Amino acid sequence: MSGNTKRRARTERRGLRQMVDGWLIRHVQVLFYSMGQLSRRPLGTLMTASVIGIALALPSGLYVLLENFRALSRGWDGTAEISLFLGSDVDDASAEQLARAIQEMPQVARTRWVSRVDALAEFREASGLGNALEALEANPLPHVIIVHPQRDHSGPEDIRRLVAELGARAGVDIAQFDLQWVKRLFGIMAIVQRGVLVLAAFLSLAVLLIVGNTIRLAIQNRRAEIEIAKLFGATNAFIRRPFLYTGLGYGLLGGMIAMLVVGSSLELLKGPVGHLAELYYSDFVLKGLGGEATLVLVGAGAALGLTGSWIAVGRHLGAIEPR
Amino acid sequence: MIQFNHVSKRYPNGYEALSHVSFELPTGEMGFLTGRSGAGKSTLLRLIALIERNSQGQIVVGGQNLNRLRRRRIPYYRRGIGFIFQDHRLLLDRTVFDNVALPLVIAGHRHQEIGRRVRAALDQVGLLSKERRYPVTLSGGEQQRVGIARAVVNRPPVLLGDEPTGNLDPELSRDIMELFQRFNQVGVTVLIATHDLGLIRTMTHRILTLSEGRLVGGGEWAPA
Repeated sequence: MSGNTKRRARTERRGLRQMVDGWLIRHVQVLFYSMGQLSRRPLGTLMTASVIGIALALPSGLYVLLENFRALSRGWDGTAEISLFLGSDVDDASAEQLARAIQEMPQVARTRWVSRVDALAEFREASGLGNALEALEANPLPHVIIVHPQRDHSGPEDIRRLVAELGARAGVDIAQFDLQWVKRLFGIMAIVQRGVLVLAAFLSLAVLLIVGNTIRLAIQNRRAEIEIAKLFGATNAFIRRPFLYTGLGYGLLGGMIAMLVVGSSLELLKGPVGHLAELYYSDFVLKGLGGEATLVLVGAGAALGLTGSWIAVGRHLGAIEPR
Repeated sequence: MIQFNHVSKRYPNGYEALSHVSFELPTGEMGFLTGRSGAGKSTLLRLIALIERNSQGQIVVGGQNLNRLRRRRIPYYRRGIGFIFQDHRLLLDRTVFDNVALPLVIAGHRHQEIGRRVRAALDQVGLLSKERRYPVTLSGGEQQRVGIARAVVNRPPVLLGDEPTGNLDPELSRDIMELFQRFNQVGVTVLIATHDLGLIRTMTHRILTLSEGRLVGGGEWAPA
């Protein structure tokens, strides 16, 4: 490489460095300028940020409650029961004996035997069909043994094997694993979860509109300044920058306010929830947002703020040309 | 530096603000643009600043044919021009220093450089002691001088003034014009629209006279 080319390469490198430096300097300048503008009107800024914060806090709060409920219900899978309907020819003594035999199995925590007489009484009580049942000549109900599997044998595959094994025993007509109510519960939770998502989507849209409108007003307020800046050679990017940083600032502040709102609401719920858990002999403790979800919340606030201001700036800045 | 070649500006409603205007203001010269209100003085300056586009003819500024200048390049082109307005158009919520610094901030200069150049410009217009003041606390003449400092702080080769002395009394007007002359003496091309004929007749500069959109005096340069 000749000295000349080397020198040129060096100047080019320096030129690039200067460009990057200049770009950084401009961004830092604008960042401080925008934050200064926000802090110059603390009340207005706080009000806008609070509206954003509350809008973000609502879905996040629901999400936290849902997560807590999910943690609480995780233990409930294990309490699922297997119902064994015995054949009509099985008498009381052999039914009781069968129940005791099943109780001995290592996969089984405990069993409960419901005799056909008890079952009828129970049914009469619960269904309100007392008189109609009087008309029956014989008791149509079979004996039932309710089996609670061991907690460490409550995986879906273990349960399936246990149900098959129990179903094959002499005297057992039908073995039924009653997961229905757990499935229903999870179904309801899926709906709630979807609801939280829909709510989050709508409130995100609201945040976009709030930020967009705030930025639109800011642009109108600084119309004169924008015109002058354009006359003195400001590019659209230069004019856009402070508004984008302002939107980002609103979003970040809003996210942090949402974090505080969710945190303090949970703190308020903690006492009563703890008391209720105590009544159920549970050591359940209400969990907060957690580090990752907090980051997502603040990040989502910032992203929404930036997007909202980007849309507003795109729509309104082009219309302002110097007079 | 500034060349107009059969330039016309016609608005969509059919009104012709300028028709077939041709003149040349060489580099380093100073010229006045006169004529009654509505004669087209402001329109001519607006065409140079590319606030509006001419509908016919050719404008060349600093060797750049404005008809061929793309929209994206307009900001960079404008950095070579300093503007002074009749109503000064200072930003009232910013200090004198910040107002003057604006073109330098736009051009992306470093902090120290900005401070140095702003103070130099304020010194030239005699307002160095008032950099921390807000424009409303200054007199009309002082405000206009801040406007001039803002226009020259980036050392543009061209200065344009649209009735810069329109709101000032004769004595202040003379001060302001002398200030422009001083910038002209260091090589800046200056074009000022004014109807203060009494004042500019005492100065020995080119006078371009517009009447109903036509150049009726001072446009010696007339290409075939």
